[in-house]
Amino acid sequence: MSDAGSSSKQAVAEAGVPLLEIRGVAKRFGPREVLKSISLDIAGGEFLTLLGESGSGKTTLLRLIAGFEQPTAGELWMGGGRLDALPPYKRRVNTVFQQYALFPHLDVRDNVAYGLRVKSTPKSEISGRVDEALLMVKMTEYAATRPSKLSGGQQQRVALARALINRPQLLLLDEPLSALDANLRKEMQGELKALQREVGITFLFVTHDQEEAMALSDRIALLRDGALEQVASPREIYAHPATAYTAQFIGQTNLLRGESRAGVVTCGALRWSAPGPDGAVLFSLRPEAILLADGAGTASNEVHIRGSIHQQIYGGSSELLEVDCGNGQILRVRIPAYGPLSGEHDFRFSTADAIRVRGQ
Amino acid sequence: MYSRLYKTIVSAPPLLWVGLFLLLPYALIFAHSFWAVREGVVVHEWSLRNIHTLISNPVYFEVLLRTMRIAASVMLFSLLLGYPLAYYLSFHAGPRKELLYQLVIVPLWVSYLVRGYAWKTILGSTGVLNGFLQYLHITQQPVGYFLYSPFAVVLMLTHIYTPFVFLPIYAALEHIPRPLVEASQDLGASPHSTFFRVILPLSIPGLLAGATFAFVLSLGDFLAPLLVGGPSSTMIANIVQSLFGAANDWPLGASISVCILLITVSLLFLTERVEKRWSFK
Repeated sequence: MSDAGSSSKQAVAEAGVPLLEIRGVAKRFGPREVLKSISLDIAGGEFLTLLGESGSGKTTLLRLIAGFEQPTAGELWMGGGRLDALPPYKRRVNTVFQQYALFPHLDVRDNVAYGLRVKSTPKSEISGRVDEALLMVKMTEYAATRPSKLSGGQQQRVALARALINRPQLLLLDEPLSALDANLRKEMQGELKALQREVGITFLFVTHDQEEAMALSDRIALLRDGALEQVASPREIYAHPATAYTAQFIGQTNLLRGESRAGVVTCGALRWSAPGPDGAVLFSLRPEAILLADGAGTASNEVHIRGSIHQQIYGGSSELLEVDCGNGQILRVRIPAYGPLSGEHDFRFSTADAIRVRGQ
Repeated sequence: MYSRLYKTIVSAPPLLWVGLFLLLPYALIFAHSFWAVREGVVVHEWSLRNIHTLISNPVYFEVLLRTMRIAASVMLFSLLLGYPLAYYLSFHAGPRKELLYQLVIVPLWVSYLVRGYAWKTILGSTGVLNGFLQYLHITQQPVGYFLYSPFAVVLMLTHIYTPFVFLPIYAALEHIPRPLVEASQDLGASPHSTFFRVILPLSIPGLLAGATFAFVLSLGDFLAPLLVGGPSSTMIANIVQSLFGAANDWPLGASISVCILLITVSLLFLTERVEKRWSFK
């Protein structure tokens, strides 16, 4: 290719052409529609998480990108070329598998070197790059060990090194932390995030754990029954869930069902003014958006609630209250650790924190 | 915990069985191999006469060599048939897998003798194969070489032992976690490269087990040479059979048996060592 050609290509890349484009991809297994026309762009260097319950289609989408399955409809494009026409071994995509899938007959060193060997990389280069990769995941001293002798966390590191040594454009991670115990998972989350910043490779991460998704991602794509429910940054998706499903799946929330008439919303005992068309409405109100307001006044943009403490659950730094606002309307309220509460109390929340969501 | 009495009662029958029908016969064979026969009667005199006969008479060595050649050919051909078959079934047969598996196993339900006689009718000078070749005018005369030759023995034994080779290889291939195959392709290995770098190495224990089956079972076979082999393909077990039978020289037969046993046991020992080297748990 000429210099002009390559530099213009680079200019296009810098202008923000996505690394991976998923265009209307659908997948059907017999009568079961696992993915329903997914369209999603992934930018270079991004950490994007596919979040969803089991059966939502997130792993299937990953397998389509890796090339282990073929889409029933739609196209995958990467770096200006058609990706779904290539067999898995010709894609510049590598995968970290859920159970790591390390080769049991090869030691750590040969596992990591595998990708370079099959591409007939010169021996001298392989050796240096393997050392580098092992150092990166702190597994140098285990180079001659067989995978069966390694702990889950160590196998995880080897799997990462084995994938990253190929310098893929896109790294797919299929619930890589789910096999680890809670403490190790937290530790690996931090390492994974640091590693991604260090190597600058685009990560597409699959998990069912919303906390993990929040902690790691630049953006979260929430999948539900094979369709994208919402794609946004963790802060955005938490603060402004588009649907009732999103609001409930990511964090805890109070779903307020009510009616809007002439700019006034009525949800049970609660009433506030919010612009919008008349009809049935649904609002999401996070428990921590409701504050204890005994003896304090209520500003004009705030809603006042008087309710009795139905239940109090102590959680160390905070407490979760279930407040009965009358007529059996229960609101969950999270306040900083306070002390035992009982009887009637005043609460308030800002109308800006009540987010209008779609849903039944 | 189980009581002492219970353990004794439960373990007695198998121990008795092994002792009576395995250890005792082996001990007798071993003893016989050092005894002699005089005027048709076994005399319990310890000597190395039998070993000396085996070494000095080249016929025994020739037959043993031929037997090992036949066994090795059977092993090779059943591997060449059994491995691709097992690989195809395990990785590419899709929904037809169960049916095909049953089809491979079905011949095992048919008696060994029936299958032997079937080959006789296929390979004989008035048999199916010769009739077919003459019908097509490929040959003018019946080909005598088909039957009563080492070729016929290898063919028949390969047919009989291929399922035995297929089974352990198939089991080994089925045990290879499929994500390993995907991981290999994910790392840039073509299907061809994946086979030689991942699938073949991980199926070596099954391959060895199958090869051992074919070799050891062929080594001790005496019916195939009897049915389709003819005098040119007499195998070592035929000699043992005639020594215990018509020739009435039990001690010499016993000493040949001990030799075969030694070969077999050292082979099993060897393959177990190699299998251990290639199994990963």
